[in-house]
Amino acid sequence: MVNFLQLIIIYAGIYALMAIGQNCITGYTGMLSLCHAGFFCIGSYATAILCKDFGFSFWASLPIAAIASGILGFLIGVPTLRLKGDYLCIATLGLGEIIRTVATNLNPVGYQSVPRAMLFGYQFSARNKVQFILLIWAFVLIFYILFQQLAHSRLGRAMAAIREDEVAAQSNGINVTKYKIGAFVLGAAIGGVAGCFMTAYTQTVNPSSFTFMVSVMVLCMVVLGGMGNGKAVILGALIVQFISYFPQLVGLSSVIPAQATQIIYGLCLVVLMIWRPQGLLGRDKYRYGDPRSTKERLVGFFKRNPEKKGGRA
Amino acid sequence: MKILETQNLSRIFGGVVAVNDVNFSVYEGMVNGLIGPNGAGKTTLFNQITGMDKPSRGKIIFDGKDITGLPAWKISRLGIARTFQNIRLYKELTVVENVMMGLHFKVGKDPFKARFSQAFKSYFLARQENKELYLKALEWLRFFDMEDEAQEFARNLPYGRQRELEIARALAAEPKVLFLDEPAAGMNPAETEHLMFIVDKIKKHGITVVLIEHDMKLVMNICDNITVLSFGQKIAEGSPEEIKNDPLVIEAYLGREED
Ligand SMILES: Nc1ncnc2c1ncn2[C@@H]1O[C@H](COP(=O)(O)OP(=O)(O)OP(=O)(O)O)[C@@H](O)[C@H]1O
Ligand SMILES: [Mg+2]
Repeated sequence: MVNFLQLIIIYAGIYALMAIGQNCITGYTGMLSLCHAGFFCIGSYATAILCKDFGFSFWASLPIAAIASGILGFLIGVPTLRLKGDYLCIATLGLGEIIRTVATNLNPVGYQSVPRAMLFGYQFSARNKVQFILLIWAFVLIFYILFQQLAHSRLGRAMAAIREDEVAAQSNGINVTKYKIGAFVLGAAIGGVAGCFMTAYTQTVNPSSFTFMVSVMVLCMVVLGGMGNGKAVILGALIVQFISYFPQLVGLSSVIPAQATQIIYGLCLVVLMIWRPQGLLGRDKYRYGDPRSTKERLVGFFKRNPEKKGGRA
Repeated sequence: MKILETQNLSRIFGGVVAVNDVNFSVYEGMVNGLIGPNGAGKTTLFNQITGMDKPSRGKIIFDGKDITGLPAWKISRLGIARTFQNIRLYKELTVVENVMMGLHFKVGKDPFKARFSQAFKSYFLARQENKELYLKALEWLRFFDMEDEAQEFARNLPYGRQRELEIARALAAEPKVLFLDEPAAGMNPAETEHLMFIVDKIKKHGITVVLIEHDMKLVMNICDNITVLSFGQKIAEGSPEEIKNDPLVIEAYLGREED
């Protein structure tokens, strides 16, 4: 049970990375893409091939996996630039499936017994789940901070503007094309990093684990948590992972069929969309120009001071 | 002095000639009115000048440079800002963020060079840059008496204020020419009055204004020069007095007498 809980937390961490990437594309920039499984796939394969066939270490394969995945994001982003909403969704879904099909045809059985990840001579094996949890969640934290910084910079604001109104964004001198492709590349690269960790943990890669359901699940995490909100998508990843492993976790997998979990999270999404269409946490509202220092704000937060001070400088 | 002009500009949508061989001039430092009945092609002309629509024929000269066919974002950076007939605000962003977007490309020395290093800086020094942008944006909000609403979501503003915020966002880029597409549409008389005051203030600020408007009282009061479009063609140009008494204009608005 505890062991299983740890497993879920590991998977949730890997999916949280994917959700961060999806959030960059969908939550910040407003592009409804559905091919994160493809980026995940490329990242997983890159690590597996590099570590197994070329003797790379896990850490050396990590940036290469991210870059490979980013290049794929570029290749998908450019032709689908003009598409919006549902059309973009369908096109990216198709491209994601193509990636999986190509992977299947190249090597239908995938890769087994990929070498383990090492850190300062320490081997991360699937048995020592706690160490792996620390490793993966450290990366979740790093990417969370990096993307939070992006969201609240001038670049992130430009992405938000594109999401809100592309035409108006152009009138503000924003090169929409460049930002959209940039968002795709970044989002894809993080998907690749997630794939890299997946390979490191399971030590196997199998093309059948990159179906479009994975993309749907990642999108669900983002929508469920709250689009464009860094904390929310990580929460979304945790919740969706818990729901999908719920029957096994409570030892009812013989009673509740595996398909039931899909019904459960389908239901959760429907209820949520009626009750809170903006997601559990909603979009985060950033107060620019809050004149208080970080320390003052922390103090204010813990005192739960209802008096509004910010907004003036 | 002409700061912008179109030469034989045309736009054809399938069978409809929305803009037909128009020579439109914008005079520096003036409030230039563009009027005409519904469907005359005013918005289409704006869209072509601001790069949001490609001309079928003709040329657009701005500040001595040919800007025909440039992408909209580049044209904006050259110093042309606009508002839209159907308000286009960033609704889920706050009021002050909307104005900060107007300042987007004002960051850095040259908007065309050092893009990468600028992006790099924008990312790592976001806090400092945000503060600068925020203070500048707040100044523009003060211009519109809107600082109290700075942290409000744009969608929560009343309609008239939304129109003003759109103007604030466009102005923040400190353009050479500001295009306003029916800024008074949907405003009540008091709001219209305030708008006239604002346009006058903008003019005094040294920014050239081009204004599409149906409210004749407003147009005749604040425009220095008026161009009239009808069925895609320019039918008159001149001072408010001349336009008021032009038989072609009267005909376009009221119809021919024997009809
Ligand atoms: N994208 C388009 N596709 C096809 N026809 C168009 C398009 N945009 C405008 N038109 C047509 O071009 C003509 C001019 O439209 P435009 O919007 O420029 O008029 P306008 O003078 O701004 O009118 P209004 O005062 O109602 O805003 C109209 O007949 C319109 O139907
Ligand atoms: Mg119009």
